[in-house]
Formats: sequence, C-alpha cells, structure tokens
Amino acid sequence: MGMRKVAVVGAGMTKFVRRAQETGKELSYEATKMALDYCDLTLNDVDCVVHGTAPDTFDGVHMKGEYLSDGSGGWRKPYTRCYVGGGTGVFTPIHGWYHVASGMFDICLVVCEEKMSSCQPHPQGAFLTIFDHTTERPLGPNLLWIFAMEMNRYMHTYGLKKEDIALVSVKNKRNAANHPCSLLGDADITLEDVLNSEVLAWPVQRLDVSPVTDGAVALVLAAEHVARRISDKPVWIEGVGWNLDTAYWTNRDLCYPRYVENAARMAYDMAGITEPRKQIHIAEPYDPFDYKELHHLEGLQLFDRGKAPEATALGITQRDGDLPVCPSGGLLGVGNPIAAAGLMKVAELFWQLREEAGARQVPGQPKRGVAQAWGDLMQVGTVIVMGV
Amino acid sequence: MTQKIEKFPGVYLRESDFREGRVIFNEWKPNAQYAWDAGVAIGRYLAELKEGRLIGVHCRGCRRTVIPPRNFCEWCFRPMDDWVTLPDTGTVNTFSLCYVTWDMQYLDVPEISAVIDIDGTMPPVGIMHMLGDVDPDAVRIGMRVQAVWKPAEEREGSILDIKYFRPMTNDK
Repeated sequence: MGMRKVAVVGAGMTKFVRRAQETGKELSYEATKMALDYCDLTLNDVDCVVHGTAPDTFDGVHMKGEYLSDGSGGWRKPYTRCYVGGGTGVFTPIHGWYHVASGMFDICLVVCEEKMSSCQPHPQGAFLTIFDHTTERPLGPNLLWIFAMEMNRYMHTYGLKKEDIALVSVKNKRNAANHPCSLLGDADITLEDVLNSEVLAWPVQRLDVSPVTDGAVALVLAAEHVARRISDKPVWIEGVGWNLDTAYWTNRDLCYPRYVENAARMAYDMAGITEPRKQIHIAEPYDPFDYKELHHLEGLQLFDRGKAPEATALGITQRDGDLPVCPSGGLLGVGNPIAAAGLMKVAELFWQLREEAGARQVPGQPKRGVAQAWGDLMQVGTVIVMGV
Repeated sequence: MTQKIEKFPGVYLRESDFREGRVIFNEWKPNAQYAWDAGVAIGRYLAELKEGRLIGVHCRGCRRTVIPPRNFCEWCFRPMDDWVTLPDTGTVNTFSLCYVTWDMQYLDVPEISAVIDIDGTMPPVGIMHMLGDVDPDAVRIGMRVQAVWKPAEEREGSILDIKYFRPMTNDK
C-alpha cells in the first residue's frame, strides 16, 4: 500500500500510583526520558511527538495537550495531541504509526499521561458529562451504571455467574504482582476476595473495577531503515485498526462489542492474520472491569461469543496458558491512568516480544501480540498488532 | 521490564502526607454553566413528554422505529420519515442496582437504573431510565414495565416527566 514499515524501538513508564507527587509534565518527562534512554536516542533525534491524554476537565487545564507538551519533548517540533476516550492509549501509537508509515517522519515519540487524582472529589465528576445532557443527565447518572448494565446484559445473554467473571480479576491482580510499576498487584488474592468485596453497582463490586490512577508511558517509533540500525530486535507494528459505534448506546445490543470486532478485523487484515487464534501469541485486551477482558477477547475473535469465561476457568488465559491474556496484570492489576493504561499494554507487548519481561515473561518465545483499548460511551475500539 | 531497568520513577503520595502538611497543593473551583438547546428532534420528544406521551421516529430506508427520536437516520444518512407515538410500556433489557453516588458516597437503598426497550420500536431499542416501586431483589431482565408519569400540571418537558418505570402487575 505504499506504507513504510514502522517498529517500536524503545519504551518507558513511571510507576502507576493512586496519587503521584509529580505533575503531569513531570510524569511525562520521566516516561519519555526512559524510552529515549532505552534506545540510546536524544530529543534531537526525534522528528515529531504525539501525546495522548484524557479530557481537559480531569486536570482543569484548557489545551492540556499543549500544557503537557514540554514533558513529552514536544517544543519546537511537529506536535499533536490525540484523544479518543479510553481508547486513547492504543490509538496514540496508531497516530504515531501513520506519522512514520506515511514517510513524513523517521522517528516519532509516543507519550501517554494521565493524572486523574487532581479532579476532586472524584474524576467521575468529569466523566459524567459523557451522558446526553438532555435525555440522560437529568436522571443523575453515575458512570458505573452503564458498565454495570453492560455487564448484566453480557451475563444474562450467556448465562454467566459472577464467579465466571471474577476469575479475570484474580488472574490479572496476581499477574500484576510481578510488575514493578503496579498499584494493585496481589499474588495472594482469591476468588472469594473478589466475590466478597463491597457491591458498588450490582453486578459490579469493588474488585471487579480498576482504580483511579496517575502515571505515564512512552514509546519510541522508528521507520524501518532507522529501526534496523538502532535496535537489535525491533518490534514491528504489523496492523492497526480503529472503529466507532453509535452514541445511542441504549439502541445497541450490549452483549457484544461489534466495534472491537471491526477494529480487530481491520488490524488483522493489514497484518495478514487469517487465524487469530493460532497466529496471536499474547493478548492485552482492555480490562478496566473484569467482564471487559472477556467481552473484548470475544470481539477480538480470540474466543467464540460467550466462551471467554470458560477459557479463563480452564486456565487458557493464564501467563503460561495457550493464550496468555494480560500478562502485564492489566488495568485491574497495574492500574488505570486512562491513556497511559492503554499504552502500558502496548509497552508490555514490546517487552514480552523482546523477551525482556522478567518475572512476567510469557514462555515459548512469543512472536506476535495484540493490544486493544476501548472507551467513550462503550463505543470505540482501538487495536494494534505487533510482532518480531 | 524490563530486566534492564532497576528503578521506576513516581512518588506515591498518601493521605497522611496531606494531613500532616508534607506536600503543597492548591485548589480551584470552576465557574462553568451551560444552557443546552434541545434541538429539533429532542425538542419534539420533550414536548410530547410534557403531554404524557413517548414518541419515536421511523425511517423508511432501514425500516427502523427508534427512540430517542432523531431528525436524520444515522445509518441511511437521510431525513427520518415519520413521527411515531409509542406506548409507555416496555421490557427491561438490562439494569443495575447502584449503591454508590458518583462521588462514592454509599446509599442504603440502591438506585435502579435500567435500559428499557420500548414497545413498538423495531428492532426493539431502549432508553435509559429508572425503575421504582419494586423490590430490588425482584428486578429481572425481561421484566415488563410501564412508565409512572408526574401529574400533568407538574410536567415541564423533561425526561423527568416520567418519574420511573414500574413492573406491570397484570402481565405475566
């Protein structure tokens, strides 16, 4: 298609914490500097910068992308901020990818930062404005409502129980115990802990949902001729896809994320993947809630509809299973600083495919992985396929 | 993670750091107020609610009848053809029993939000509203419900002109 090959050649991240002393700029700088150091580049080598971050209202800063831009090395460079809700963390490297694939730039910094703790008393105050201001907001909605209702519809459609879903939370929080940046890693958590946690919005309980988090992640993307020169093992971006469904969310069947399927098929087609269940070795689907990992695995065509819970119970999605899912620990374990959380998943694929993930390393020399994020009014899917 | 990196940046602040004055921060309250125009389609929807009626729209292109109304079909990308008065009854598509407010204050009695598929829509599609007059433990997906309206003199052209939906007693 006349596009250049693009690789990830460096990655960096901060710890994910409930409330960081560092400002958003400082967090961005730390992650960006680490990513540059990783591949022995300096800011002078960088041709352009893309920055992903959630709504301005989180920080109470208008033009937040510009506010953060010095932290991500954006000054006096072609710089853009992108934002597609929760899907941002996987869309931002796609945004960076087309900067390089187009032939316009050789090296692109991709930075995602989120500082959710600034928004008081709770960042939901900002989130809430996603509901329709005339037909829905007068009801006094709480953001948990829509996820609880989607989860309930998913459970009802396939006859699932809470225990079938809570296993995801157990797996991811245990996986995160091996992640040096994790907020909620817990090697000893049990199914009972999740099932006995307080009910927030039934069927969602405290340990079914990921927490408010601060953090930043950065990647360095390079065009093929540069990547082969500066990296011993470039991780190639083989396919990208994104898709948006209707904002009339009450008019949709909530049991299946068709927009994720559309995004996945776009990415798989580009990557030449015809049998994702055989050709994908690691999956990092978006897991802000435990049921979302299952929902997304089905949308990504990795399991039949309604069958991801069974696969989870059988251990197929464990780190040493046939299809490791969220070996990082995911949002449920590492934390959920919105945009940074999605990019953390892409960084995890980078480390896993380079076999540098340490205690989290998936066995068997994985060659290809998929990362996915999701957001807005449960309507956007962003997908990236990477391989070595 | 990488094995090459020994120390990751990021300083975790705790409640005690604020209580004991170890960190400096400042605060700001925004003064942002909005007045939203209801628009053509939702304007009519609200006017009908004031009269105690639910109204949807029909597209002859895709033959859908949907609610809330819109003045163009987002799939066929052409104007909607007909306004359709719908009954105020429906079926619970999904629901939640919510025990917390948006800022995580706990509630003793749950708020029951639901998507209610409205009768007469095709394919069945819903709106979000609340369920009331029902034992939370008795709520089920598939339950038949009917709108409970405010008295006519109190209705003002708002989604809140319906107080909530409650189970239909003479059904099932």
